[in-house]
Amino acid sequence: MYTDILIIGAGVTGCAIARVLSRYQASIAVIDRGNDIAEGASKANSGIVHAGFDAHPGTLKAKLNVEGAKMYPALCEELCVPYQQPGALVLGFSPEDRKTLEKLVEQGKVNDVPGGRLIEREEVLAMEPNTNPEVVCALYAPTSGLTSPYEMTFALADHAAVNGVQFCLHEEVEDVVRAQDGLWHVTTDKGEHTCNVLVNCAGVGAATIHNMMSDDLLHIIDRRGQYYLMDRMQTLPFHMTMFQCPTVMGKGVLVSPTVHGNLLLGPSAEDSDDELDTSPTAEGLRFVLEKSRLTWPKASVRGTITNFSGIRAHEQKGDFVIGAVKGQKNAYEAVGIESPGLSAAPAIAEMLGGQIAQEMGLEPKAEIVPAIKRPKPFHAMTTQERAEAVAKNPLYGNLVCRCEVVTEAEIREAIRRPVGATTIDGVKRRTRAGMGRCQGGFCSPRVAEILSEELHIPMTEVTKCGGESRLLVGNIHDAMKEGC
Amino acid sequence: MERQMKQVDVLVIGAGPAGLAAAIAAKEDGIDNLLVLEREHNPGGILRQCIHNGFGLHRFKEEFTGPEYAQRDIDRARELGIEIQTDTTVLSVDGDHTVTCVSSAHGVEVLSAKAIVLAMGCRERPRGALGTPGTRCAGIYSAGTAQKFVNLEGYMPGKRVVILGSGDIGLIMARRMTLQGAKVLACVELMPFSSGLNRNIVQCLNDYDIPLYLSHTVIDIKGRERLTGVTVAKVDENRQPIPGSEIEFDCDTLLLSVGLIPENELSEGAGVKLSPLTSGAEVDDVLQTNVPGIFACGNVLHVHDLVDHVSNESFRAGHAAAAYVRGALACGETIDVRDGAGVRGTVPQRIRKGVNESVDLMFRPSGVFRNATCVVTCGEREIARKKAPIFTPGEMAVIKLKPEIVASLDETVTVTIERS
Amino acid sequence: MEITCINCPVGCRLNVTLENGQVVSVTGNTCKRGEVYARQECVDPQRMVTAVIPVRGSAMPLSVKTRTPIPKKLIKDCMKALADVQLDAPVEAGRVVLANVCGTGVDVIATKSVP
Repeated sequence: MYTDILIIGAGVTGCAIARVLSRYQASIAVIDRGNDIAEGASKANSGIVHAGFDAHPGTLKAKLNVEGAKMYPALCEELCVPYQQPGALVLGFSPEDRKTLEKLVEQGKVNDVPGGRLIEREEVLAMEPNTNPEVVCALYAPTSGLTSPYEMTFALADHAAVNGVQFCLHEEVEDVVRAQDGLWHVTTDKGEHTCNVLVNCAGVGAATIHNMMSDDLLHIIDRRGQYYLMDRMQTLPFHMTMFQCPTVMGKGVLVSPTVHGNLLLGPSAEDSDDELDTSPTAEGLRFVLEKSRLTWPKASVRGTITNFSGIRAHEQKGDFVIGAVKGQKNAYEAVGIESPGLSAAPAIAEMLGGQIAQEMGLEPKAEIVPAIKRPKPFHAMTTQERAEAVAKNPLYGNLVCRCEVVTEAEIREAIRRPVGATTIDGVKRRTRAGMGRCQGGFCSPRVAEILSEELHIPMTEVTKCGGESRLLVGNIHDAMKEGC
Repeated sequence: MERQMKQVDVLVIGAGPAGLAAAIAAKEDGIDNLLVLEREHNPGGILRQCIHNGFGLHRFKEEFTGPEYAQRDIDRARELGIEIQTDTTVLSVDGDHTVTCVSSAHGVEVLSAKAIVLAMGCRERPRGALGTPGTRCAGIYSAGTAQKFVNLEGYMPGKRVVILGSGDIGLIMARRMTLQGAKVLACVELMPFSSGLNRNIVQCLNDYDIPLYLSHTVIDIKGRERLTGVTVAKVDENRQPIPGSEIEFDCDTLLLSVGLIPENELSEGAGVKLSPLTSGAEVDDVLQTNVPGIFACGNVLHVHDLVDHVSNESFRAGHAAAAYVRGALACGETIDVRDGAGVRGTVPQRIRKGVNESVDLMFRPSGVFRNATCVVTCGEREIARKKAPIFTPGEMAVIKLKPEIVASLDETVTVTIERS
Repeated sequence: MEITCINCPVGCRLNVTLENGQVVSVTGNTCKRGEVYARQECVDPQRMVTAVIPVRGSAMPLSVKTRTPIPKKLIKDCMKALADVQLDAPVEAGRVVLANVCGTGVDVIATKSVP
């Protein structure tokens, strides 16, 4: 298949770039080895829209974080993605921490972060009374925000798709060469793509792709971050994101509400030798819990509903690598997009997308779909809105996920949206069905039935996350026959 | 858009065995304006998928399967003309007895009830609550989810099975999966004793030569897409895995039977006070919660082993709700019931003072006690005693207080297990 | 020998004394049925069998049971026989779906109705 532009990677970066480029007259495809959008780090991170204190002044991380964070409120509004700005505290427990925090405040000024000041123990405890009373001081970052990273990525993909971008999922790139025709030939496990311009946003796989195109080798370190997610509570112990002082390994362990009212603890940070191994480990989870207690002495596994991990793509020089691939024509990349990658994604997309459009001389389309309208989730509706929704579409009256209050109408919509769900996990991340305290125990059989109906596949072909991840191995009759 | 608020005398939430029994009792007591709301398409609750036998011995002196037991109550409810509105999910219950529910047939409805009986049942603890490391592949189910797939939908979730936890549903599913053609390799229990009934160890594991590994747990889960295996290890007294004791199982399915949790999100919204020990409401001897006119019974109150007990408890709640509607329920001062040594989560948590009715005190022993005695005291005074060859956390213990004893209560009641 | 009574959830631990394959004494039971169970279990153990089988014309399988316990050693054969049963919806609860299973004289009956 030929497209003018081929983007490798359907994470938040790739989808954001696809969305920016979809405004121009060009054929565009996004390819990803994952079975769905956001299968890499974009589905498993803290969901924080960082204010921008952490990154060293002068780096791309600093510039794009601050720019990206400023774009978030409007972008989330435009794409109907949850966004909140509860603010954050970075806690200090020692004189050394105070020095670090003072430095952060200064750094924030240089980085052009709005607000931010050092506050003392009393003020910390007044703001967040469940904080470890041994706290000495804290950096208060009023503009720190929260979003749902995978919902943001799905929305970016949907918006790109309605403006003509094609998505090729579950397809892994095996080789990239520039052929004599001047085009890039991208060989995958399913066939071949050709394109004029190649954009590498492949996350943990980005160095591999880069090194297929360039002699100026990049090295990505796969750094795993593990998390505990806690059940929603009547009142959360913290309403802001609670950071600890940053270390060389990252931002430390945070305790933060999520946009959906859960509490997130994590991440750990351990270098991994497998870019796809997202299994939480006993040591990693123990580390998260122990470190969380520095912020929140009462942290315990009681109330946790799941744990997960994601792999951050850490480029060894430490900064984002964004722009044209050195020594190559018509090749661009956004590599080493680790934290604050989610915060920076909208700005990365404008920067790189803008550069590509300019250098290719792309003309804007006469007409585009300016925003996508997503229905309000049933759980967020008022009683009156719910009554109206059911009156219009009776499937809103069939509650499927009782923990997160998700209806049949929403599950069908999630499958039918532009880049729709094809798996149980896909439905879960788009609708929250199965995200709650029973973790799909009650609703997964019904979700599987709906997937089977919508996708016209037998129940035994419904998967959790694509590939061989089938839920069921057969019917009882065959099993009885075989068993005999 | 909203309809006019519908008024009912007794509203029962849930048409499982608890809700059905409560509704039957209330109706038999003359409450005609009675409504049962059920989220599933059929009444019967979890019994619909419990196709094994062993239900009803206490109540009917006859042994039924789950569907048969449920059908008895469904038939009785129909005979009495009780209205059961199925496919209807309750979205909220308020402390002022306003209930909001939704269904595709009736849309959003707001009801007002004089009395409410909470009978929503319980849910299974998921994998996430255990913090078990390993991949998030397909093939890991709570035992009840697997039971639903097999018994209600006719699908096999796997062919080579390991079961983590020895709760009754896990044991029952070990036998079910075996009978339906799968191979069950092991049942693994963290504690040194099973949390399921002894008879189920015998007829679900031993009968089929399925090994039970006590003091073991799953320490790793493997398989990127579908489960390919689990690692099991022995644990020490602190429930920590012992290095070197690992056993590898090559399996495509892991079933979890690691505990049940009452489903009390609606109750909390109504301001019902929950017990941290049972995760259910704190109630008095007629199952009334701290919110007047709101009653709780069955597994939403505390997790039972026997549906017979659920039914009995729920009849009591239904009768009490009817009495409440008629203004005939004596409420006043109460005596607290406390857990003593060896006892966890006694229900009810308080007994109304001066009533002349028998009360069943139900609790879970906090450990295994052989040839022990359960002793109930009121202040210094012993008021009941029951010897048993064994008390174990896997079996709910019941001790009855006679009407004249209940009538005489004047100080805090304490339930204790004494070793002989 | 020691066995656990499975008649009811109490699960009494029974002590059975056998002489020449004959039960001579049972202790540990708290009701009469315990003794009956022990005598049967030591000579010819029996179990109720329950199962689900598919029904043509219905997405929902049918749950069934042996009307009374059958010899434990015939459980596998009973399941094998059930695997060959062909049924069409509707099925009424209580209907015999397989008469005299494995020559035991016991019928397998439906425990629910499938419309």
